[in-house]
Amino acid sequence: MKLPVTMTINGQKYSHEVEPRLLLVHYIRETVGLTGTHVGCDTSQCGACTILMDGKAVKCCTLFAVQADGANITTIEGLAKNGELHPIQQGFWEKHGLQCGFCTPGMIMTSYQMLERYPQPSEDLIRHQLEGNLCRCTGYHNIVKAIQWAAEHMAKK
Amino acid sequence: MASATEERLFGKSIKRREDPRFITGRGTYVDDVKLSGLTYAVFVRSPHAHARIRKIDTSAASRHPGVVAVFTGQDMTGVNSLPCGWDLRKEKNIPGVIQDLAMVPHMPLTSDAARHVGDPVAVVIADSQAAAVDGAEKIVVDWQVLPAVSATERAGLAGAAQLHQGAPGNVVFRWEIGDRAGTDQAFQEAAVTVKKRIVNQRLVANAMEPRACVARFEEATGDLTLWVTSQNPHVHRLLMCAFVLGIPEHKVRVIAPDVGGGFGSKVFLYNEEVVCSWASRRLKRPVRWTATRREAYLTDAHGRDHVTDAEIALARDGRILGLRVRTTANLGAYLSTFAPAIPTFLYGTLLNGVYTMGAIHCEVTGVFTNTTVVDAYRGAGRPEACYVIERIVEAGARALGMDVADLRRKNFIPKFSGAYQTLVAVAYDSGDYAASFDRMLQMLDYRKFRTEQEAARKQGKLIGIGFSAYIEACSIAPSKLVGALGAGAGLYESGKVRVHPTGMVTVYTGSHSHGQGHETTFAQLVADELQIPIEQVEIVHGDTGAIPFGMGTYGSRSGSVGGTAILMSLNKIKEKGKRIAAHLLEASPQDMEYANGQFQVKGAPGKAVPFGAVSLTAYVPHNYPEGLEPGLEETSFYDPSNFCFPFGAHACVVEVEPDTGQVKILRYLAVDDVGNVINPMIVDGMVHGGIAQGVGQALWEGAVYDDSGQLVTGSMMDYALPKADLLPMYETDRTVTPTPVNPMGVKGAGETGTIAATPAVVNAVVDALAPLGVDHIETMPLTPERVWKIIQAAKAKR
Repeated sequence: MKLPVTMTINGQKYSHEVEPRLLLVHYIRETVGLTGTHVGCDTSQCGACTILMDGKAVKCCTLFAVQADGANITTIEGLAKNGELHPIQQGFWEKHGLQCGFCTPGMIMTSYQMLERYPQPSEDLIRHQLEGNLCRCTGYHNIVKAIQWAAEHMAKK
Repeated sequence: MASATEERLFGKSIKRREDPRFITGRGTYVDDVKLSGLTYAVFVRSPHAHARIRKIDTSAASRHPGVVAVFTGQDMTGVNSLPCGWDLRKEKNIPGVIQDLAMVPHMPLTSDAARHVGDPVAVVIADSQAAAVDGAEKIVVDWQVLPAVSATERAGLAGAAQLHQGAPGNVVFRWEIGDRAGTDQAFQEAAVTVKKRIVNQRLVANAMEPRACVARFEEATGDLTLWVTSQNPHVHRLLMCAFVLGIPEHKVRVIAPDVGGGFGSKVFLYNEEVVCSWASRRLKRPVRWTATRREAYLTDAHGRDHVTDAEIALARDGRILGLRVRTTANLGAYLSTFAPAIPTFLYGTLLNGVYTMGAIHCEVTGVFTNTTVVDAYRGAGRPEACYVIERIVEAGARALGMDVADLRRKNFIPKFSGAYQTLVAVAYDSGDYAASFDRMLQMLDYRKFRTEQEAARKQGKLIGIGFSAYIEACSIAPSKLVGALGAGAGLYESGKVRVHPTGMVTVYTGSHSHGQGHETTFAQLVADELQIPIEQVEIVHGDTGAIPFGMGTYGSRSGSVGGTAILMSLNKIKEKGKRIAAHLLEASPQDMEYANGQFQVKGAPGKAVPFGAVSLTAYVPHNYPEGLEPGLEETSFYDPSNFCFPFGAHACVVEVEPDTGQVKILRYLAVDDVGNVINPMIVDGMVHGGIAQGVGQALWEGAVYDDSGQLVTGSMMDYALPKADLLPMYETDRTVTPTPVNPMGVKGAGETGTIAATPAVVNAVVDALAPLGVDHIETMPLTPERVWKIIQAAKAKR
């Protein structure tokens, strides 16, 4: 049995017939072909698959594609506009907030929601907000600095 | 032609050139590779730690819609065991062998018995991932469950379950290093001796990207391409072709594209990539497999897992007279690729630490258990050695009533450059161990800390400090030396430099970056040497189709070994360029020099040919030296003359909550000496990440097996990885003691943090609990539960 789904991803509309058990992350990666959203675990711990769904940061390995029917989704590929990096992306680059890059899309999408909610976050708040995203390379030091950099530059804009 | 760069990039924190693709979601990891006609592999694995396979019924799975094929070990005729690349046998004259290595078979799909949970017994290949998963569920295995042994210290007991016929008593090997009699003597003469059990628990690497592979066989050409999460694609290719599948190496191309972290776990040849390669040849279709995280926990090679009894002998004045170490190392169910080397030559040879010692003796017994294989994990042997030394040194200081910093300072090997011969075979390259330690004490303001600690203790607060003065061996390694120690391979590195006619430069390195930033640091070296803008330089890694050969990245070897190979090729390029330029200028090649991005007559910058003009001339050789080959491309293989030995001093300040056992890190300080530094930002980043992994082992991480051999911590829900809110900002600094081993003076920085951090944290907790009478903690991780129990036990004793 397959069910129809339609959703908007990074401003573009997609319609497919999918198995009800298909996870949203696999829909995005395999069906639509946007591979910037990663799968790092199977228990929704690592956060590598974090996307924005109707404005909220969600782990899309925890949703079925059919649950996202009608949703408006932004993935890491949709964050830069007109070839210009989003300040969070820029911050990760400036502050060496990534090494292997695998957790990075999820980290950036989580940071996006964090800075929408808390434009001037303290270090403690940043660390607390990152609880749902795991990184094995950076020890988080430079990820915190990257988000601080982004917050400063977004405030100036 | 762009103008020459005047500023050297060596030592500059330039931003990483690989980042734009990662921050925009456009990296290409193995699971991102999409091919037409792709099939999907799902492995059927043993749910039991130890069980004989009576029968595997694949019929229902084979009939499942979408399933293309089902294979078991019986189908893989002519396929050999996964090889172990390190031999420890007396007949090979490997030093220190007491009992020969038991070379036991490790088949890609096991047919006789499963020896750990997750051991693969069959593979289902289907047109879709869903069909493969459904098909795998229809495989019926008739198991005869056998008794299992999982705990390290129980493997050798009488009556323990036996894993392999070729390894009676589950002994993998017995090995020793150092001077047994001299050490016994030192203990007789000591004023104080201290003996402690020190357990270094089993860890899981947890690279964020799970292992994956895509194998594509093309019938028309007979070519096989394997995309695989590898730290060393040439080694993968060699082992798979020559040892396991017996297929022609030159018809196989292994590509390790963007790889999401490795930490050692992606060094080894694993069952799955072999099976998928074999299956693709058989099916003539591409086959993809990506591990679930659950599979990663069950099958990625684990790390550490030592149980050690360590003894230190001290003179009354604090001099270290002797160190005696007895270690049992758990290697899991089979021999992983480099497994025997880790608890022997990468462990025992580091037990001299940074101290002058009177005598050392170490004996190691490797054991098989019904657990996942154990091999190199970030640091690999060296963290275990550092942990033993830095824990027993502090225990010794406490027994003597001496300050832990003073005892260390009393015993540091004095500053030297060239060679310091240790008591355990290796000779250090250069060191100034007191310098890094003193810098750390200064950052900490140590005396002030002790005063504040005293005041805090009076208020009932449990605050402690722990140190770690570490050394490690990296820049792995001189081929002749490792060959004499049992390595099946050389450990050189290759670097090829191709100068294009337009003066653009492509560099092919046998090193592999899976987070280390090679595309930036190597380009810094090339831009400096050729004095051209970095934009003209491209670094290629991870493709056996493009790169001559390579031993890959592990053991903090990329900069020192891989970088030096590139430098050697750049020197050859410059020598050839001088001959071309000299011809154009009608000068003698001996009179030429390379400066400011041009080949010029020495001391006469006006008589010069720019780099780009020489490049073009090499490919359009109309006016060209007689007898000189056209083209401008050079390849070099660098085999280091010694290891490099980075060192440093770390300190951790903790507060323990008495009612809950919660450990909070108040400060973490690191002063590392990795020799010269190419890109300080990148080195700092690696140090940060290493510290987090080391702290993780001390406080949260641990692979736990129950007595039946089930992995209790088999998911990210159960295995506690360090999180952002549990860690502080790290206070880092460096001293710089260049190595004389390579021309850049770089030592290696990838593993230092992991090696240093664990003992610093545990020592800090012991120090915090000292007012309660605690003088030692045997087992990590120091979870609140464990610390709370230690506190309760200490209170009950008083």
